[in-house]
Amino acid sequence: MSDANDEHDEYDEHDEHEAYDRGSSGESEGGGSVPPRIPMPRASVEDSGRPLPELDEAASRPAPLVLEHPVLKALLGAWALAACSAAETAAVEEHLGECGSCADEALRLRGAVGLLHPVEPLDLDPGLRTRVLTGSFGRRPPRIPVPGWATPYDAETARLDALLQDIGDAEWHAPVRLRWFDGRAPTSRRTTVAGVIAHLLTVDGLVATALGLDDPLTGETADKAANPAARTEAYWRASYFPPTRSIRAPWREQSHTIVRTVSFTGTTTGKRAVSYGDFELPLHDAMLDRAFECWVHAEDIADAVDYPYEPPAPRSLNRMIDLAARMLPAVLAERRRHGLAAPAEGRHLVPAGDPGRSLRLEIEGHGGGEWLIPLDSPGAVGSAEHEVAHIALDGVEFCHLAAGHVSPEDAAAGQLGDREAIRDVLFATASLSRM
Amino acid sequence: MATKDAPPRWDRKMQQRLARGEAAALGELYDRFASLVHALAHRVLGDERAADGITREVFAHVWEHPDTYDPKQGPLRSWVAALTARLAVQRLRATETAALAQGGQGSTEELERKVRRASVAARADYIVTSMPAPLRAALELAYFQRRDYRQTAVDLGVTEDEARRRLRLGLQLLSTAHDTGAPPEPAGPGGAV
Repeated sequence: MSDANDEHDEYDEHDEHEAYDRGSSGESEGGGSVPPRIPMPRASVEDSGRPLPELDEAASRPAPLVLEHPVLKALLGAWALAACSAAETAAVEEHLGECGSCADEALRLRGAVGLLHPVEPLDLDPGLRTRVLTGSFGRRPPRIPVPGWATPYDAETARLDALLQDIGDAEWHAPVRLRWFDGRAPTSRRTTVAGVIAHLLTVDGLVATALGLDDPLTGETADKAANPAARTEAYWRASYFPPTRSIRAPWREQSHTIVRTVSFTGTTTGKRAVSYGDFELPLHDAMLDRAFECWVHAEDIADAVDYPYEPPAPRSLNRMIDLAARMLPAVLAERRRHGLAAPAEGRHLVPAGDPGRSLRLEIEGHGGGEWLIPLDSPGAVGSAEHEVAHIALDGVEFCHLAAGHVSPEDAAAGQLGDREAIRDVLFATASLSRM
Repeated sequence: MATKDAPPRWDRKMQQRLARGEAAALGELYDRFASLVHALAHRVLGDERAADGITREVFAHVWEHPDTYDPKQGPLRSWVAALTARLAVQRLRATETAALAQGGQGSTEELERKVRRASVAARADYIVTSMPAPLRAALELAYFQRRDYRQTAVDLGVTEDEARRRLRLGLQLLSTAHDTGAPPEPAGPGGAV
């Protein structure tokens, strides 16, 4: 780059004299043999005694510009891009007939313009990342793999980041309504695209701190805010300005660091508990939960900016559904304690580890499967012999229900058997959702 | 793109992590360079699936041979771009040669011209994405938004002199895409496209 400049400067130096000579119109005031370094004032055509152009001709054509070589040379880029005035263009083109070095450069720059292409935003196939990684690891197995329970989080954060890369500055402020089911009714909270990423950043921070990494919430704010909603609200409150696209980098850095850290410590820390304030999850389940949340909020964002967004890969989806199915018995028990689910009255509470009254959850579509949900006690084991009800629904529909985006009454589920059990399970699924 | 100004430290650490066999590192490498790799491959091959294939090859190559990158020779980004261009041009030549051998239309000279055009186009794309942002912004305004250099100067908040300088310098950089005949060799000293 600098080489090219030096070269041109040399040309300029050499050519300047010539240009100035012409600029001084060959008048003899210059005196001696040394060309003047400073151009003499240019004589006006009216004062030169030469014939003036015809009036109509002068009106129809712009007055020819007389420019010096360095000026013309500096204009070559703009000229090649057709970004000069008509008069400048004419002056450059006239000059090109006389100046070899400018003509060469002009040709080169025009050629370069032909290489400019509009950048077509090519959407990468979201499945390509997984195929690239799997293919590479087939050729050389990693010595430090990403644990299976962390791959959904790795894949979902990468997908969301690819979406964020494509959206414009203004879209970061597009309104988003976070929706969830508070146990009794649907509820929501208004924020923006950037606000959603701040939410993901602060709640992922629960995993980060459990791993001994830095908490994105600092100081007192972090101490007081233990659950996801409180942390998010605290973060939103603590920043003077509403979040902007600058939130993307810290969110992405944290998610990369989490994946990297669990790869090194995975086998020993998989059972370590991550506190959500009101409850705890083992690290490997917390990572699935964060993957699920990442997808759900990526959908919120995609809706807000009118982008298409696909569900996770079947394997990820299956793990997410499995987590929800495993959490249901405890949520059912909790709801029962609060009088929100039918009492287990008159039914035998079975000892922990024994088969109990169960609902068969049949999930259709990619990533689906069947789960037996024990209804009366989190300690009981789901049992086909004690099956009292059967529901069937699509995997994505089930996840939307678990995210609180579909209400339990509206969930499109095929139902068979004990209606009360079915209602309890659908409401418990919706109650898995939170801000 | 914010990523292109990443410090060389990132490049060195990435290479070490890949060499160590850290799966998460390859994921991060993909997140940073996949769109560059895919777009370059697509420019050369003009086909989505072929570009997917080159993307897989490029990352598998880096994963299998992380030590073939020498941080002293330049940024990882340039090396990955050069590797992509080389593999994509190889693929183009192979498919075109096969088509010709099966009695397809055209001559060897046409094939060479096509291959050369494609590699120049790939180099040009890479130069645009990696040139200093002020130059890219000026070209963007003058070429895609059809602004003249005076309007460009106003839009960028610079003098008209500076706007002219940026347009000329940007095109000078871009014109170097024509300079090398052979597709760039990633491992060589001139590896940076």
